[in-house]
Amino acid sequence: PEPRPPPLATPSHPGPTSDLSRTPGRCEPDPEFEEATNLLAETPEAATTSRSEQLTPQGHVAVAVGSGDSYGAEDEVEESDKTALLQEEKQQPGFWTFGYYQSFFDVDTWQVLDRIRGSLLPRPGHNFVRHRLRNRPDLYGPFWICATLAFVLAITGNLTLLLAQRRDPSIHYSPQFHKVTVAGVTIYCYAWLVPLALWGFLRWRQGVQERLGPYTFLETVCVYGYSLFVFIPTVVLWLIPVPWLQWLFGVLALALSAAGLVFTLWPVVREDTRLAAAVLLSVVVLLHALLALGCKFYFFQPLPPAHVAPPPRATALPPSILLPPTSPWSVATPDGRSLQAQHERTLLPALPTLRP
Amino acid sequence: MAEAAESPGDPGTASPRPLFAGLSDISISQDIPVEGEITIPMRSRIREFDSSTLNESVQNTIMRDLKAVGKKFMHVLYPRKSNTLLRDWDLWGPLILCVTLALMLQRGSVDSEKDGGPQFAEVFVIVWFGAVTITLNSKLLGGNISFFQSLCVLGYCILPLTVAMLVCRLVLLAEPGPINFMVRFFVVIVMFAWSIIASTAFLADSQPPNRKALAVYPVFLFYFVISWMILTFTP
Repeated sequence: PEPRPPPLATPSHPGPTSDLSRTPGRCEPDPEFEEATNLLAETPEAATTSRSEQLTPQGHVAVAVGSGDSYGAEDEVEESDKTALLQEEKQQPGFWTFGYYQSFFDVDTWQVLDRIRGSLLPRPGHNFVRHRLRNRPDLYGPFWICATLAFVLAITGNLTLLLAQRRDPSIHYSPQFHKVTVAGVTIYCYAWLVPLALWGFLRWRQGVQERLGPYTFLETVCVYGYSLFVFIPTVVLWLIPVPWLQWLFGVLALALSAAGLVFTLWPVVREDTRLAAAVLLSVVVLLHALLALGCKFYFFQPLPPAHVAPPPRATALPPSILLPPTSPWSVATPDGRSLQAQHERTLLPALPTLRP
Repeated sequence: MAEAAESPGDPGTASPRPLFAGLSDISISQDIPVEGEITIPMRSRIREFDSSTLNESVQNTIMRDLKAVGKKFMHVLYPRKSNTLLRDWDLWGPLILCVTLALMLQRGSVDSEKDGGPQFAEVFVIVWFGAVTITLNSKLLGGNISFFQSLCVLGYCILPLTVAMLVCRLVLLAEPGPINFMVRFFVVIVMFAWSIIASTAFLADSQPPNRKALAVYPVFLFYFVISWMILTFTP
């Protein structure tokens, strides 16, 4: 059989396969794609961005051309065989096959960058899932953003300690490699278990309503994964040992990230009762805030100098910091003793107000 | 067969003849010799080859493998676009490098276990599971490389960082100070860049062109983490 002509030359090439099913590993059924285009047509603001319109009917073709052109002629023949097979079966490969997981990594570089940009600049009308993901979640972004964040957290935390030791030689520096494990476990659990809980909760509340139904599990994971991206530059900026600047960056990052989450969840949740919607959104934001605060305190706490009391005091402090702090939470002080004294002073008056 | 070859070539035939029409006229007759010997000349040579590797001395076997590993080291140190690492992959080199690196990164057990640097098992796990994850990632993105070839390349490209570790250990024997740190920092940065360049020289071609950055970024992260472990090593 002679090889097929390259796809670029013939936009409406002869053959039974439609453009959708040309790409290997793509398992999206047609009705969902039509629903997405309908939704995009409904929301008027989406029409103003020319790029989005350009993508929807031809987005699949663009990817198909890319993956089709990169391989040699023999792979094109292989590809035509594969598409013929897809045409016959028209169902998703089973979860035990490699092709099933390959369908979640079917993204290009510019797509990943576009999604990251979308998570950095959340806008009230723009739903991350519909406008950026276009109902095609990927696993590349969440996985590698979490890995990067975990390593960056551990490394910058350690770097902070190194810089503190330069300033105050009495602090004992050690590589603290166990923090990598802690960071990894925390970030991955957060980015996968919380979306699982959220997805389960949304499914339970929505019941059998399928039309504007809740997001699939992978879309939720995607939203959470990309929303964690803004913490990576924030954590690097936390190296600057100016305490109010650190708080400013932290609050900014938390606001951006939580806003992205809320704007994505709002269309799904607003159909529910007001109480449930408010509770859900506030729980989501609270968990996000807890993650940010926990990371800041665990990875960026200053170790007390070797000759003063042991570190358990540091773990007792977080509740007091949620109230307006009277003393700055500095990374390193020239005098370790004054830090301890300051903490004692803030801890005692703060405790009674925690009771109610 | 000769008749069929000649018949379509006849010029000026009035009636169009069907293709290969002359084949039906062929009969196996005595005047076409169809006899001979079918021997595979390679067979005896292969048998010789097999028995020779079984009977050779242990030193020959080990030296052959060591030479293969050494040849690949040279390819990593002077990265050119060659196929040697991909074609004859082996995992001995990565194993040797990983064990050397892990042994050198181990601190003495005097220090508290909790706050120390990475233990042997941690380095091992990071190197091997990191390499497996990167390989899976590149395959899932549609890369054209086989699993073990990718592991081989990633493992061999740790060689510059192992050299950096050796240099750092030697430098740390001198007195500590900012110059000490700057020298180590410089050496690690250079070797990190060398590792990245070497591995992308081998791996980048196997990825689809609009996903190259997606496949190379995890490699960058992998070598960055190893460089960090080397840089923060304090005896």
